[in-house]
Amino acid sequence: MTSDAAARTGRSARSEDARTAGPARGDRRWTRRSVVLLLVGAGVGLVTVFPLVYMVLSAFKTAGDIYGTSLLPPTWTLENFRYVFTEVPFARYMLNSLVVSAVVTVAALLFHSMAAYALARLRFPGREAVFLVIFSTLLVSLPVVLIPSFVVVRSLGMIDSYAGLIVPPIFSAFGIFLLRQFYLSLPAELEEAALVDGAGYWRIYWSVVLPLSRPILAALAVFFFLANWNSFVWPLTITADPGLRVVQVGISTFQQQYASSQNYIVAASTVAALPTMLLFFFFQKQITESIKTSGLK
Amino acid sequence: MTTLTSRARTGGDEPAARGRRRSVSPASRARQRRETRAAVLFLLPDSLGLLVFVFVPMVLAIALGFFSLDGFGNLRFIGVANYVRMVGDPQFLQSAVVTVTYLVVLVPAVFVVSLLLALLVQQKAPFMGAIRSALFAPYVVSLVVVGLLWQFMLADRVGILNRMLATVGVRDVSWLGDPQYTLGTVVVISIWFQMGYYMIIFLAGLQDIPGEYYEAARIDGANAWQRFRSITWPLLRPTALFVLITLTIAVITGGFDLIYILTGGGPAGSTSLLVYFVYEQAFLFGEYGYAAAVGSVLVLVLLLWSALMFKLTRGGRLDDE
Repeated sequence: MTSDAAARTGRSARSEDARTAGPARGDRRWTRRSVVLLLVGAGVGLVTVFPLVYMVLSAFKTAGDIYGTSLLPPTWTLENFRYVFTEVPFARYMLNSLVVSAVVTVAALLFHSMAAYALARLRFPGREAVFLVIFSTLLVSLPVVLIPSFVVVRSLGMIDSYAGLIVPPIFSAFGIFLLRQFYLSLPAELEEAALVDGAGYWRIYWSVVLPLSRPILAALAVFFFLANWNSFVWPLTITADPGLRVVQVGISTFQQQYASSQNYIVAASTVAALPTMLLFFFFQKQITESIKTSGLK
Repeated sequence: MTTLTSRARTGGDEPAARGRRRSVSPASRARQRRETRAAVLFLLPDSLGLLVFVFVPMVLAIALGFFSLDGFGNLRFIGVANYVRMVGDPQFLQSAVVTVTYLVVLVPAVFVVSLLLALLVQQKAPFMGAIRSALFAPYVVSLVVVGLLWQFMLADRVGILNRMLATVGVRDVSWLGDPQYTLGTVVVISIWFQMGYYMIIFLAGLQDIPGEYYEAARIDGANAWQRFRSITWPLLRPTALFVLITLTIAVITGGFDLIYILTGGGPAGSTSLLVYFVYEQAFLFGEYGYAAAVGSVLVLVLLLWSALMFKLTRGGRLDDE
């Protein structure tokens, strides 16, 4: 691909550039230019994260202080969290979300990598046609086909069940598409060696291809988990049973029940956002990498 | 054996290999059968799932629009009645206008903001990595949390924004209650939420531009604006096109969570995006057939947009040549 070549030359040019230009272009030079950039960046960055910081801090405020003007809680309290976990089955919501997101992520990675491997590496009649059909569903997203999806899932008897929460979100062309691109770029030598050794296709996939795809699978895993933890329309539409509530639906019903108790809503929101913030903190590189690869090429 | 397998493994079609006498030998035919069988098994789970949960709904999206369907599953063919009703339904028309306004404002806004942010965080300066993280952070939080959080901050009178504005003498504004402001409020929140994501994509595009071009331009005495105009912008074209395509689709199909939490489409229908209108018709009023018909319009718009983009980019090729 031409863009690949361009990227490569770009990269080598950059490293050369850095070498020849020497310390004058170093990262941490406090020139007047870099101070101005830092001030602008810090200003924009602080304004951007302010709402999130404000949410977390407000979760520790008492009901009386919740709308107060001070950023830090005048008196710190854990009462909001205690209430959220004892008066509401919030732990159950979290567990439901965890189970759904984890199962969807694992199943999606397995199925998508299998399909992608076949599309990228195996030769069979109709391969291009299969890929085209899968590709054509890439743009279809749930909100647009919400009603027909609901009708299909209802006719399969999956309304108000874990199956309904878990099975439909597994399938999307996006993961297949990305993994196929990745497998097309893998060198063929290792698979050949395995084939010569008499390994079947499943063995090659399982013990050669999967280990090679660890980085992209890790990136996609974080991405899928986040997306499913944060998903709202689908669980809202197909579940009514409070025992099946996932955390996003849970906090949205919270809003209706405790509209006057803002301190509980803020605490619940903070708890719901905490896992995603932690994932972001620890896997930031994987998240941004998966966005970059999804971008182009 | 090795030559045969390596040919199979290269991925691309090689008619030369097929045409040769060797490829019709019984051994090779058996191997080809084995490979095809493996491929079918590998593709089976995803193909079945995509068929049932994506492809069938996609087709149904169009078909259901010609039926009257209530919450109990009573189906009756009514022809184009749903579409006739749509044209005369002021709520639908308002929703369409709201959606187009939202689209026309939000897409360019996110585009420009995220490009500017990418140009900023691409610079070499202390703490740029941390600043980049801060700008991306809102994107990892769910839209439900985002909605609840902003509702809290934008509350009439007591919310922190109105309190801060009061200190500089601005009178109380009902950001989510006054139809004059609601759509603007939703747009600003959407920009805040999405800009980090597209910033990362722009950043990837910027990093692919060879640094020596800038060096050469600098030596020629080009100023920052000239460098942007003659190097960055033209070379960023594939990325910009990609952002434009995906952003437009994301905006048309997105926004539901935020609207559901923040405004419920109101006040006075001022934030009733079509995706929300569809949900409301189906799950609040039980008008599944009508909702599906409205949904099919969205599907059609998406297909047209994709086809147009496909044509403009000559088959998904984002770069020139």
